[in-house]
Amino acid sequence: MKTRENQATKHQTGMDRRSFLKVSILASGALVVGVGSTGLLPADQLPGKKWIPNLYVRIDVDGKVTIVSKNPEVGQGVKTAFPMVVAECLNVDWQNVTVEQAPLDDRYGRQAVGGSRGTPDGWDDLRIAGTAACYMLTAAAASEWGVSPAECTAEKGSVIHTPSGRSRPYESLLNIAAGLPVPDVSALKLKSRPADFKLLGTFVPGVDNPKTLTGQALYGCDTRLDGMLYAVFEKCDTYGGKVIKANLEQVRSMPGVTHAFVVEGTDNLSGLMPGVAIVAQTWWEAQSARKQLRVDWETGHSDSTAQYDSRAEALGKEAGETLRTDGDVEEALGSASKVIEASYYYPFVSHTNMEPQNCTAVYHKSGKLELWAPSQNPKSGRELVSTTLGIPESNIHVNLTRVGGGFGRRLRNDFMVESAWIARETGRPIQLQWTREDDMKHDFYRPAAWHHFKAGIDSGGRMMAFDHHFITFGKNGQLVSGAGLSPNHYPAGLVPNFRYRRSMIETNVPTGPWRSPGHSAYCWAYQSFFDEVALAAGRDQLEFRLDLLAKSYGKPPLDLKRTGDALRLAAEKAGWADRKTQANHGMGLAFHYDHGGFVSHVAEVVADGSSVKVVKVWSGVDVGPVINLSGAKNQVEGAVVDALSTAQMEITFVNGAAQQSNFSDQPLLRINQAPEIEVHFLQSDNPPSGLGEPPFAAATPAITNAIFAATGTRIRQLPFSRSGISV
Amino acid sequence: MSKVSLKINGETHTLDIPPDMPLLWALRDKLNMTGTKYSCGIGTCGTCTVLVNGTPMRSCVMPAVSMAGMEITTIEGLDPAGAHPIQKAWNEEDVPQCGYCQGGQLLTASALLKRNPNPSDEDIDAAMSGVLCRCGTYTRIRKAIKLASVYSTTEGGSS
Repeated sequence: MKTRENQATKHQTGMDRRSFLKVSILASGALVVGVGSTGLLPADQLPGKKWIPNLYVRIDVDGKVTIVSKNPEVGQGVKTAFPMVVAECLNVDWQNVTVEQAPLDDRYGRQAVGGSRGTPDGWDDLRIAGTAACYMLTAAAASEWGVSPAECTAEKGSVIHTPSGRSRPYESLLNIAAGLPVPDVSALKLKSRPADFKLLGTFVPGVDNPKTLTGQALYGCDTRLDGMLYAVFEKCDTYGGKVIKANLEQVRSMPGVTHAFVVEGTDNLSGLMPGVAIVAQTWWEAQSARKQLRVDWETGHSDSTAQYDSRAEALGKEAGETLRTDGDVEEALGSASKVIEASYYYPFVSHTNMEPQNCTAVYHKSGKLELWAPSQNPKSGRELVSTTLGIPESNIHVNLTRVGGGFGRRLRNDFMVESAWIARETGRPIQLQWTREDDMKHDFYRPAAWHHFKAGIDSGGRMMAFDHHFITFGKNGQLVSGAGLSPNHYPAGLVPNFRYRRSMIETNVPTGPWRSPGHSAYCWAYQSFFDEVALAAGRDQLEFRLDLLAKSYGKPPLDLKRTGDALRLAAEKAGWADRKTQANHGMGLAFHYDHGGFVSHVAEVVADGSSVKVVKVWSGVDVGPVINLSGAKNQVEGAVVDALSTAQMEITFVNGAAQQSNFSDQPLLRINQAPEIEVHFLQSDNPPSGLGEPPFAAATPAITNAIFAATGTRIRQLPFSRSGISV
Repeated sequence: MSKVSLKINGETHTLDIPPDMPLLWALRDKLNMTGTKYSCGIGTCGTCTVLVNGTPMRSCVMPAVSMAGMEITTIEGLDPAGAHPIQKAWNEEDVPQCGYCQGGQLLTASALLKRNPNPSDEDIDAAMSGVLCRCGTYTRIRKAIKLASVYSTTEGGSS
């Protein structure tokens, strides 16, 4: 294999990273262009040492283009969007591009789904890879013809000499290109604006569709290995409960059962939970035997929703810890022409991925462990397995599978460490498959919270004072995962007198990131209260918000123009200004910014008493240039449905155990309850950001504000049922 | 253990299975046909839907031994080439996100179109409301069924 390298600092995006190119020719004759960045690489892997690229584009001798997709695909569309970027910059037919899923490999840098970071992280390297390959192939053709590369263009997988009309397909130029100097990254002209794109911004179906639609194996639970057994793992309903004794002999005598044993677990409650593993020839036999399992548990705590409620009530009477003060809130509220006060509450919720947690593992006699993990963050899963089992990470190979829903649940890898443990204990390939009940009762829940708001408006109806007491959850005085809220969150910086206070309730319940962590919950409280303030001030809800976004006091908490533009777009498309006032009919709106995306929604609701139907939602979205119009719209449409669905959901606790366990008591939204959704994008020239998270947050308040307009019921508690509303 | 002969996607398979084993697990663990997916196990979500004599049924709660002699169609058997009007429409509207529930969606939709080639929004809602999608692809499911309806009644269709 011949390899050439080059490096340069890139300035195109203002990112302070250095990117490197590596071009190789394989024995098969394929040309491989790799890109890497120092931001992702340890120092000993820099060029000239052992540097290996984190992204590959391969052009085969038959003209086929392959890119390696390093991130897990959980339904966010990265496996389609990333190759599209390469195809755009390489100037090849989309039909000639295929994508290969990479396993977990340190060469690829970050391989995780979370924080809507895939697109912004990949944008530069993908474009560099495609553009560099195109540049070298163009130079190769030019040298063959003895002309200047400036006289050549590249189109649909061929280089064309414009003056003479001659053309050469890429596959005839691979060897020549590999012998040319590798270009400086900084010399490459990268496409970056919607006006530059041919493929990007168009509607492209997902690359896995052919397999999904014919039922081919794609997911973790589809893994089948020779001699594989199936496992279930019983844990204490109360998080972290330890096994005192279990009737293992009886369980072992059940049909098909090959193993039943106690797993002591680790003291680290984010690690391996204590429990009982049952392994059998088929999953059904393991699960049937489990029904005969009797375990005495030692439970460590007895947290309950009732306790949390009474603690929150007591804390609500206290001042809390003041984390930000601007101006003088007390004085401003005292002199306000009107003071509006309201409290909001949302409950714990579960992730409910359609594919319950599972993982397949085989422990080889050589000491090597191989896993097939439907994980959003397989690297941290490998670390957890390594630490818990005492197996060096270099001996653990993790295959990435398509994932039946992420939403943040699979950033935690409890299922990986459980399956690894059971595989080593049994010495057989095993597939651990959780039940739906396991999944819902052993989640890392989105934490509940209470928000007490007070706002003061002046004689002109402007919000001049905002006091916020946020009651959330902590453990040993530290916030638990997913329970934070920045003191600098809007309306901080948008009102002259501002105060943010926080109190914490101790909890032993596992919590974690849940799609657009924090934002997916608290945006609803803020944007509902803004509606209350606007109406109390006698102002239009849109005009009130745009006015709020018109001026900042000190550093603005978000880009005021982009936020306002997305809001205006949604309102304009919905016909907000001309909306009719009709009985039992209403519209509501809300804006938000998170994870790099600016999204506003307008919802339209029709009510029949306390029963409401969300008829339509209009979305205004600014995430920079849209990469795949289909994937982008799908994320927005899905987030709106998800928001309406989640607003019906609630996990409650008694004796430290979740009381809900399946769709029968925790129903998801159904198609007959889903609104029509119209998505509009602002195609700005800003660098693109992800879309897995930003469209969710503002959808809930847009809907509840519309419900108020239609019914007069202000929803201050979620789920809707707590406010007497059904969908 | 009980012996049963199952006719799946036109092929007969003879299995020796526990008498209460649901069809879902006979498919997945005995036949390694993993297209049919597990999600709730209590017949509420529709992910595991198969067609039994053309009717959508929940394979997670139906004992396989009770299915002898019936025509069972799984997602692998809808059209392995992906050319069924429903599959074509699903791809063109790009319905799937995570894709996990989509087998159940497709089979349920194919049964709808068979008995009602030109369904209204209400017909679609009524037929499809038993199959849950956590990613929220419902608006596209409506569009895809309407597109498939056009394919079924024009030369683009194959069913």
